[in-house]
Amino acid sequence: MSLHLSYRAAPGNPWFSWQYVRDNSDTILAALREHAWLTGRAVLIAALVALPLAVAAYWFRSLSGPILALTGVLYTIPSLALFAFLAPYLGIGAITVLSGVALYALLVIVRNALAGLNQVPPEVREAAEGMGYGRWGRLFRIELPLALPGILTGVRLATVSTVALVTVGVVVGRGGLGQLIFAGFQNNFYKAEIMTGTVLCVLLALVLDLLLAGVGRLLTPWLRRRAS
Amino acid sequence: MNPVEQAVVWLNDPLNWTNPGGILDRLGEHLTISALAVLLGCLVAWPVGLWLGHSGRGGGAVLLVSNVTLAVPTLALLTILPLTFLGFGRPAVVVALAVFAVPPLLANAYTGVRQADPEARDAARGMGLSGGQLLRRVELPLAVPYLAAGFRTAAVQVVATAALASFVNGGGLGQIIRAGFGLDIAAGGGQIIAGGVLVAGLALLVEGVLALVERGVTPRSLRRARGAANRRAADATAGS
Repeated sequence: MSLHLSYRAAPGNPWFSWQYVRDNSDTILAALREHAWLTGRAVLIAALVALPLAVAAYWFRSLSGPILALTGVLYTIPSLALFAFLAPYLGIGAITVLSGVALYALLVIVRNALAGLNQVPPEVREAAEGMGYGRWGRLFRIELPLALPGILTGVRLATVSTVALVTVGVVVGRGGLGQLIFAGFQNNFYKAEIMTGTVLCVLLALVLDLLLAGVGRLLTPWLRRRAS
Repeated sequence: MNPVEQAVVWLNDPLNWTNPGGILDRLGEHLTISALAVLLGCLVAWPVGLWLGHSGRGGGAVLLVSNVTLAVPTLALLTILPLTFLGFGRPAVVVALAVFAVPPLLANAYTGVRQADPEARDAARGMGLSGGQLLRRVELPLAVPYLAAGFRTAAVQVVATAALASFVNGGGLGQIIRAGFGLDIAAGGGQIIAGGVLVAGLALLVEGVLALVERGVTPRSLRRARGAANRRAADATAGS
């Protein structure tokens, strides 16, 4: 691997070195791309599964308790243990990481989406019913738009924690930027490599969070009008 | 043999429990590291959170801390801290885990004091209590359900993340999973799952026990507020 080619060239062991970044830009970019790709796919899959689940829990009150309890228990299971359960069946690779982090993202989104849906005022629901909206019309025209802030909070939280969680994928060799952090630790504690991985990780979380916040502003123009 | 059967066999081998570096050793390490980390987290977060709540300032700072720590990977802190003045070994691991215990402890301590009934606060002031007395005798007792909820969240999270200490050879039950991954997946599958069962079981056990403790320390009259405490603290960490 070309990871430690620059190690000898750089005197000492600084926390940050442009030379390391320049010499290893390919490795760094590949890790960053994998990290973003894993995060994006995981959150997307999670959102696609979580929203119907949240709606089901919202419509059928009897499902709400079991779904919340199950997500609570699953969320308590440590990420390393979850990867340990998945790896023998899904193998060593990206699928294991993807499934694991998608599951955690799913739990976060379900809980927040359900909270958002439950915050829809009953009088609004009754008014919509009185105006002749059916169950589906009410869901798509009234309840989901009103629950959008809660859903977006869930997606943002899920995204930020997924970025951090993907690094645990190191255990199956597909940790994205975590791979850099871990390799740096093993390559004689190469600080520049560890720091680059960490900083990029935090930046990725920040950028994705801001991006989603922007999307949220565009999707909920009425909230801005009310605030001003 | 499928991996689950292998795991059962592995867990049924008494030597896997009692050997040096076996389950009992690892469990001891896991609990020691976790306990120290939670203790350190409490020592830092509770005084700060209570004081910020008492003075009514710093709500934004509390939010900022929880949002930033959410974005920092545990793996990063675990690998960076040993290279600082903390040095290799247990202190670095404990500090790294304590960092992740701080947000729930801080947010709950802050919210706990803030939510104290303003009338109770006014009455205490009217009785001539000083700021410190007000905090100690009125706000602190009223914040206990929140402190307990935060303690539970923090402890469960620390026990869960302590499994990652194995990445830097910090000990704990995660070490069993890592060793399993070190073998071939066909040979180590059972050990990997067995380690996963132990780590997950411990986290769920701690969650269950602390839920009972939380119930125990919450005065009956405040029990209804308990669920609300969890929810509000979750909101605080969620940044909403």
